[in-house]
Amino acid sequence: MPAWLPRFVRPKLLKEQGIVGMNARNARYIAAWNARRFYPRVDDKLQTKQLALDAGLSVPDLYGVVRTLRQIRDVRKQLRNYEDGFVIKPAHGAAGDGILVIDGWRGDRPRRAGGRAMELSELDDHIANVLSGMYSLGGRPDAAMIEQRVRFSSIFDEVSHQGVPDIRTVVYRGYPVMAMMRLPTQDSDGKANLHQGAVGTGIDLGSGRTIGGVRYNRPCREHPDSEKSIVGLQIPGWDQLMELAAGCFELSELGYLGVDVVIDADRGPLILELNARPGLAIQIANGEGLDHRILAVDAHMVARDIEPAAERARWSAEVFARPEATHPTEPDTETSRAAEPA
Amino acid sequence: MKRFHLPILIVLLSTIGLGVFAYKVSALGMPLQPDATAETWQVEARVRFQATGEATTVQLRIPHRLPNFSILDEGFVSRGYGLNTVLQAEDRLAQWTTRQPRGEQVLYYRATLYRDGDDRSESDYPGPVAVPDWSEPFRSAAEALIDDVRGRSSDIRSFASVLVNDLANAAPASNAAVFIESDDNRARRAETLIELLATARIPARQVTALRLVDGRRDIEPQTWLEVHNTRRWVPIDPESGEIEYPADVVVWSHGDAPLLEISNGENAEVRFAVARGVQDALATIQRFGDTLDSRFLDFSTLNLPLGTQNTYRVLLMVPLGAMIIVFLRNVIGVQTFGTFMPVLIALSFRETQLLAGIILFTLIVSLGLVVRFYLEHLRLLLVPRLAAVVSVVIMLMLGISILSHQLGFERALALSLFPMVILAMTIERMSVVWEEHGPADAITQGIGSLAVAAAAYGLMANRQLEHLLFVFPELLLVLLAVTLLLGRYTGYRLTELFRFGRIQDAMRRTD
Repeated sequence: MPAWLPRFVRPKLLKEQGIVGMNARNARYIAAWNARRFYPRVDDKLQTKQLALDAGLSVPDLYGVVRTLRQIRDVRKQLRNYEDGFVIKPAHGAAGDGILVIDGWRGDRPRRAGGRAMELSELDDHIANVLSGMYSLGGRPDAAMIEQRVRFSSIFDEVSHQGVPDIRTVVYRGYPVMAMMRLPTQDSDGKANLHQGAVGTGIDLGSGRTIGGVRYNRPCREHPDSEKSIVGLQIPGWDQLMELAAGCFELSELGYLGVDVVIDADRGPLILELNARPGLAIQIANGEGLDHRILAVDAHMVARDIEPAAERARWSAEVFARPEATHPTEPDTETSRAAEPA
Repeated sequence: MKRFHLPILIVLLSTIGLGVFAYKVSALGMPLQPDATAETWQVEARVRFQATGEATTVQLRIPHRLPNFSILDEGFVSRGYGLNTVLQAEDRLAQWTTRQPRGEQVLYYRATLYRDGDDRSESDYPGPVAVPDWSEPFRSAAEALIDDVRGRSSDIRSFASVLVNDLANAAPASNAAVFIESDDNRARRAETLIELLATARIPARQVTALRLVDGRRDIEPQTWLEVHNTRRWVPIDPESGEIEYPADVVVWSHGDAPLLEISNGENAEVRFAVARGVQDALATIQRFGDTLDSRFLDFSTLNLPLGTQNTYRVLLMVPLGAMIIVFLRNVIGVQTFGTFMPVLIALSFRETQLLAGIILFTLIVSLGLVVRFYLEHLRLLLVPRLAAVVSVVIMLMLGISILSHQLGFERALALSLFPMVILAMTIERMSVVWEEHGPADAITQGIGSLAVAAAAYGLMANRQLEHLLFVFPELLLVLLAVTLLLGRYTGYRLTELFRFGRIQDAMRRTD
C-alpha cells in the first residue's frame, strides 16, 4: 500500500498498544495532574531557570536580564566580556521565536551564529523588540534573558543538519516515562520539528541509546541528509539527564511535564525549557504508546511516598528499559531479549 | 457521588428539555414543522327577519366555552344595532337592539373555531331530578321500560345508551313504542328521552350542536342529549345511541330554549354556514394560547417583538453550531483556526449563501495573508499589526463589494456582514501557523476551518432545526446535555486512528 494513502487502525488495536489520544491526554493527564497555578513556572523561562538554580539542576548560566529599555546600555558594556558568545531570548517566547545566538566577537561587533557580524545598534533593536513583546504569547511586554551559549556536544553533528538536536523527556508524576531525540534535517530547515520533517528517534530509558525513529510517519533508521545510522547512538551523561528530568517535577509541580534538554560539550545535559502540554509525537518516535508506562507509574505510586529524584530516575531506567536497544544488530527478536541480562 | 454528578446532570437536563418539549407538542399542539398549518372552522350564524318598524330586540344564543373546540376569533356584523353579550348559564346571549328597523334585516355572528382535543372535564352533579308526572298508560309503560333497561345496563351511561337504542328500534306494541310519535324528530326524541331518564331520576339535558361540513351554507342545528353520570355530562346521540361527539360536531348552546328570539320581527330565521380554513399553525397556536388560562405561552419566544424574534432565531442556532464544533474537533479531530471562528463564519454564510460565502472568504483571507506577510517585514508590534490587518480587511471588503456591484454580482454585497475582526484574527493566526509549522499546516487548518464552517452552516441554515429551536428553546437544554456528554469523551479522535494507523509499521511489537 502506498505510504501517502490514509491507513485506518481500529481503536481497539491502539488501545492495546497503549497509544494515548489528544482527548485522553487533555482529560487524564493535563487536567488531572497539571494545576493551572503552576503554569507560569514553565511558561516564564526566567522563573523556570530561577527555580532550577535553586533546586541545583543544571541550566545554561544566566548572564543577565533586561526588563526596561534603560537597562540595555548597561548590559551592552557587560556583554563584551563574554568572549564565547551568548544567547538572547524572550522570557515568554514560544516555538523558539526571538532567540538570537551570538557566538563570538569580531572586534567590537558581535558575530551571529552562521558568521555574519552585526552592529551593536542591531543588538539593541533586537532587545527592544523582545521587551515590547514581539515574540511573546499574546504580545505582552516581556523581559529579555541573556544566557550562556551552549556549546553542543559534537557527537550528533553527523546526524543533525545545521540545527541543534534536543532531547524531550516526558515526566509523569516525577518519573521519566519516555524520551526522544529530535534531529533537524534539511527539510525541517534546521528546526527540531517533527511536522516539518525532522527525524524523531526514540531513546531507551535504560541505556540512553537511540532505538531508531520515525520521519514523516515512516520508520527511519538513517539520517536522511548524512545517511548515518541513527540507531544505537549513545547519549552522553544519560543517567544525569534522567535525574535532571525527574528533578523538574519538584520545581514545577506539574504531574505531566515535558522536559527539553540539550547536551553541552563541557557541562553535560542542561535544561533548556519545560512544557506543561507535551504532545503525543513522542509515541510515534518510540513506536510505543504512553499508556502502559503511565499505568506502571500509577501502580508503582500506590501507597508509596514520593521518592527522591535519583531514586525515581533509577526506577524508570530499570522498568522502562528496552533490552533490544543494547543489541542494535538484532532488534526486536525474542532471542535478543531473552539473552539480555537483567 | 462525584462520579454520578455529571450523568445525573445530563439526565436531568435532557429530561426537563424533552419534557417541556413533549408538553408543548402534545398538550398545546405546537407545530413541529415550520410550514405546518392548522385546520380552523369559520362558523357563521346569519339571522334574518322582517322588521315591523318598532323597536326590536334580537337575542341569539352563541357559545361561550365549547367542549373540544376553542374560539380563536369572533365578530358581529350588525350595522345600526346596539350590541351586548351577556352570560346565561353555560352560553352567551348576543343581544342586538335597534329603535326603528325597516324592511329585511340581516345580522351576522362569525366565529373561528379550532379543535383542541377531546374535552372530558368534570362538572358538578346537579342532583337527582324529580320524576315527571306521567298519565296512564304512559306511567306503567315508562316504569316497565325503565325496569327492563336497568336490567340490561351497568351504569348511567350504558343505561342511557340502551334506552336510546330501545326507542330507536322499538318493536310495534312494545313498551318503548308507546313513546314514539308519528311526527318524531331528533328534538322530540330528545325531549322524550329526557322525561324517561327523569323517571329513572337521571339528570339529562338538551344540547344544540352543529355538524361541521366544509362549504355548507345552510347547516341544520342538531339536537343532542347530554346525560350526567355524576361526574360529567356525557353526550349521547338521541337517534343512534352513539356516545361522545364525533370530531366534526361542535356544541353551540345548551338547554331547550330557542336559539333565536325576536321581539317585533316577522319570519325570523337563523342559518348556519361553515367553511374550513387553513392557517399558519404557529399563529393559530398563539391565538389559542390567548384563549387558555395557561400563562405558559406568555413566556415563549413567540411573544417577543418581531425584531427581537428574528435576532433570537439566529442566536438560538449558535449553541447548535458550537456543539457541532465540539463534535468535529474532539470526536472527528478537524483542526480549525480559533475555537468558534467557524460558527461566526457560518452565521455570515447565512447571508451570502454557501458557495459565494466560501469564495469570498477564501478571497479575503488570501489577500489578507499577502498583506500580512508584507506587514511582517515592517516588524510591527502585535496590537498595531492586528489593527492594520483589520483596516486592510475592511478596505478589501469595500473594494470587492464595489467591484462586484459594478459587475452586477449582487450577492457579494452581503460581504459586509462578514465579521471582519474574526477575519483579521484568522489571517493573523494563519500567518503564525504558516511561519511556525509551514504552509501545509496553515492551508490544512484553513480548509478545515472552512469545512467546519460549511458543516455548521448546513445545520444552522436548516429551516426545520431553526423552527424547532426557536419555538422550543427548551431543546437547548438537550443540546447542553449532549455538549456536556461530549466534554467527557476521552476516546480517540477519528483523525488519530489514521495518524497512528500510518505508523503501524513502525510500532514496536508489544509483548
